[in-house]
Amino acid sequence: MRYLPLTDADRKAMLAAIGVASVDDLFIDVPQAVRRDAPVELPPHASEYEVERRLTELAGRNLVAGSGPFFLGAGAYRHHVPATVDALIQRGEFLTSYTPYQPEVSQGTLQYLFEFQTQVALITGMEVANASMYDGATATAEAAAMACRITRRKSILLSGSLHPHYRSVTATALQFSGLTVEALDPDPLDLEDLIGRVGPETACVVVQNPGFFGRIVDLSALAAVCHDEGALLVVAVAEPVSLGLIEPPGAMGADIVVAEGQSIGNALNFGGPGLGLFATRERFVRQMSGRVVGQTVDADGRRGWVLTLSTREQHIRREKATSNICTNSGLCALAFTIHLALLGEAGLRKLAEINHAKAVRLAEKLQPVKGVRLLSQTFFNEFAVALSKPAADVVETLASRRILAGVPASRFYPSYPELDEVLLLAATEMTSEADMDSLVAALKEVLS
Amino acid sequence: MTKTISGSRGLTIEEPLLFEQGSPEQCGVDLEEPPAVVDRLGGLRRKAPIGLPGLAEPTVVRHYTRLSQKNFGIDSVFYPLGSCTMKHNPRLNEKMARLAGFADVHPFQPESTVQGALALIDLMAHWLKTLTGMPAVAMTPAAGAHGEFCGLMTIRAALEDRGETRTRVLVPESAHGTNPASAAACGFTVDPIPANRRGRVDLAALKSKLGPDVAAFMLTNPNTCGLFEDEILEISEAVHAAGAFFYGDGANYNAIVGRVRVADLGIDAMHINLHKTFSTPHGGGGPGAGPTVLSAALAPFAPLPGVIHDDTGFHLVEHAVGSGRKPCGRIKGYHGQFGVFIRALSYMMSMGADGLRQSASDAVLNANYLLARLSSDLTPSFEGPCMHEALFDDRFLKDSGVSTLDFAKALIDEGFHPMTMYFPLVVHGALLMEPTESESKETLDGFIASVQGLARRAKAGDGELFHNAPEFTPRRRLDETAAARSPVLRWSPAGGNGDKK
Repeated sequence: MRYLPLTDADRKAMLAAIGVASVDDLFIDVPQAVRRDAPVELPPHASEYEVERRLTELAGRNLVAGSGPFFLGAGAYRHHVPATVDALIQRGEFLTSYTPYQPEVSQGTLQYLFEFQTQVALITGMEVANASMYDGATATAEAAAMACRITRRKSILLSGSLHPHYRSVTATALQFSGLTVEALDPDPLDLEDLIGRVGPETACVVVQNPGFFGRIVDLSALAAVCHDEGALLVVAVAEPVSLGLIEPPGAMGADIVVAEGQSIGNALNFGGPGLGLFATRERFVRQMSGRVVGQTVDADGRRGWVLTLSTREQHIRREKATSNICTNSGLCALAFTIHLALLGEAGLRKLAEINHAKAVRLAEKLQPVKGVRLLSQTFFNEFAVALSKPAADVVETLASRRILAGVPASRFYPSYPELDEVLLLAATEMTSEADMDSLVAALKEVLS
Repeated sequence: MTKTISGSRGLTIEEPLLFEQGSPEQCGVDLEEPPAVVDRLGGLRRKAPIGLPGLAEPTVVRHYTRLSQKNFGIDSVFYPLGSCTMKHNPRLNEKMARLAGFADVHPFQPESTVQGALALIDLMAHWLKTLTGMPAVAMTPAAGAHGEFCGLMTIRAALEDRGETRTRVLVPESAHGTNPASAAACGFTVDPIPANRRGRVDLAALKSKLGPDVAAFMLTNPNTCGLFEDEILEISEAVHAAGAFFYGDGANYNAIVGRVRVADLGIDAMHINLHKTFSTPHGGGGPGAGPTVLSAALAPFAPLPGVIHDDTGFHLVEHAVGSGRKPCGRIKGYHGQFGVFIRALSYMMSMGADGLRQSASDAVLNANYLLARLSSDLTPSFEGPCMHEALFDDRFLKDSGVSTLDFAKALIDEGFHPMTMYFPLVVHGALLMEPTESESKETLDGFIASVQGLARRAKAGDGELFHNAPEFTPRRRLDETAAARSPVLRWSPAGGNGDKK
């Protein structure tokens, strides 16, 4: 078998050196009653080409996003990933290394994570960032818990603009923590009054910008009210490319910014793995969860990097740790940081401009279509429309024509019939004018 | 000391930060001009520059190539990091994960367009259930610790459904730190269970702590000392007799895969670290995946979403209403670590039922070979054979002036990644070595010779070699105390952590 180097002769010699007759003698601590001699009922080992054949067959049963007009977003965005990114992350010294606990032989990982932390702080407008978390949803839950630790309060308010998965993950994660999570109704028209709900019990308000339904909001007034009341403002960003064009949360007064980093450097991958970004103010850093890299010097006085502030973490603090998290999303963070290094200041800004302009073009083309009503007055690269028919049915009909038309809100909110006609549509640099025209033509037909 | 003016040596080239290179005019991507439109930003256009550097593509390629050369990886060195299972990462897995039909699929495409993706999750679940003998598996946990959280949440939901309030979780002292941290995150209090002199759970102590307020007992098996818990059937019986659930930490499942079924041990829930047992890359710290197998009693409480199969095809269950389930909630965005599943399944299919069983046998054989060959120079912590990892303590370094840390750092200069140090906590100055099944006898013999040589030099009083090690790495020992005292966590033009607001 190709992954196993030991030969039978090796095994025999090794057993002799150990002083036992067979490998079974090494398993003597396993109770006899549970030892299994026969292989389990699964196929035997297979050649590389056989595995390729079987998995390629499964892959062939999916409709590839890039095979036709495509307008899905809702927290996962289809951007171009430069070839350089994928080539570099597959270097074995990155791909096959462990968490950088031995800094002398991990300066490569540590330096790129330090650079990653800097990039995340810069784009979000914050002071410091950690070395990443599982995804945007779990990072949101960590942020809410952190806000409660900082304020010593227990009440968390989630805006209806927050991604429904971020909402449910936060509510699930904190359900037995003694904290209260109040989630406002989904809010495609931006009618909710967050400011009026902030009070002396509030630990934090969690909002998303741009919101789940597309809208971009100036959060400065909300931040000011939070701070007057001693609460924190947590801002989630589901599409970090937007940070190249719109005011970052840090500039609007956010105390913690979390984001899903997938859309920079990472493919869709059916939604996983993701990349949780997490940034905050320097004064809160000891309450932040997740791995962090810091600068220091070595025995010869040369600049270098180490994992630091580990006294917050589970391997030291056990049940008193800030979180049970033991891993980050290293390779996805590497893809993110390489893509952002390639883009740079000018590239990220221009990419964001293109995304916005494409979405505006799409909105302009859709607005005259009978049965389509634009709900989002402001947006970045994604907006909500109300259709004259249930959005899920329309999406299904268009999928049969190989047009992936967007995400129906009812997928997340089946118990809100008022959202049945709401459809989210996204455009990126990958969306062509011809794609838009195909969508418009198909919608005209289906909605007539 | 620095041997050259620049600090570069051999193949290791000094490399400044991204932010210390390039110029704002440079860019590593070519983008078209955006169509001319009137913006709909509502006046919220970014005002200040971001502050990112601009770099052309060749500069970026060289930067990351040079950084990679400052890392040890399994591809380049033997990496016997105990409890982390640094086995070979097949490149076939990477190729499969990059098939457009997997990588370029959106999580919210209509079900009819993602039948292959759902079939893959279902097939992966089938392999995990068959290998463990468990009836159900929650596929969405993103990592081992997240799997613990998932399992404990499921247990908590099941207890509430029964109308029982149980507040304590029992955890052995030798457990990974994530166990108590996960229990705390689920609102339980944590009660430690001591180890006996044989490095196993003290059964009498466990029994004395079990009671009507105990929700679960968490056990890593084989445990973090590399030993199989030989009283596991008595443990599971006692836990269940007390009305508690038995959580298995599957971090060391690679030692028994194909040889022991988890269900036969009486375990109710166990996460499986796909990057350990099933060869997906550690990637410098993730992404991982921690699918959690569940007993029939816990299955209805698994978090959403789940994949089901009927005669119309595969379906995603994303909502509790009408599903017949009582989910503990949702613990992760989307549908789990899909890209990691592909890699793991590619490995499982390659190894097959026979190969997986052989991998456990070879992993245990390799560890026992290290244990046997190093026993006279080092001090094994416990008697008898080990499972997939060999544990030593620092008695062999007594009075040498050399610590476990020094010893590990000296191994770096010998061309090996150190073993795990100071874990588990139940022995003094632990050195935990896990060779995995990926290593040849030649590699192990080379490692054994180096370890023996170092042990003899330590005992001979050659302390300076150890205190100065490592000497040949891109950086020598780093000052971790200074890093934590006044943390610098990012680059900024003026130094420090940027503007204070």
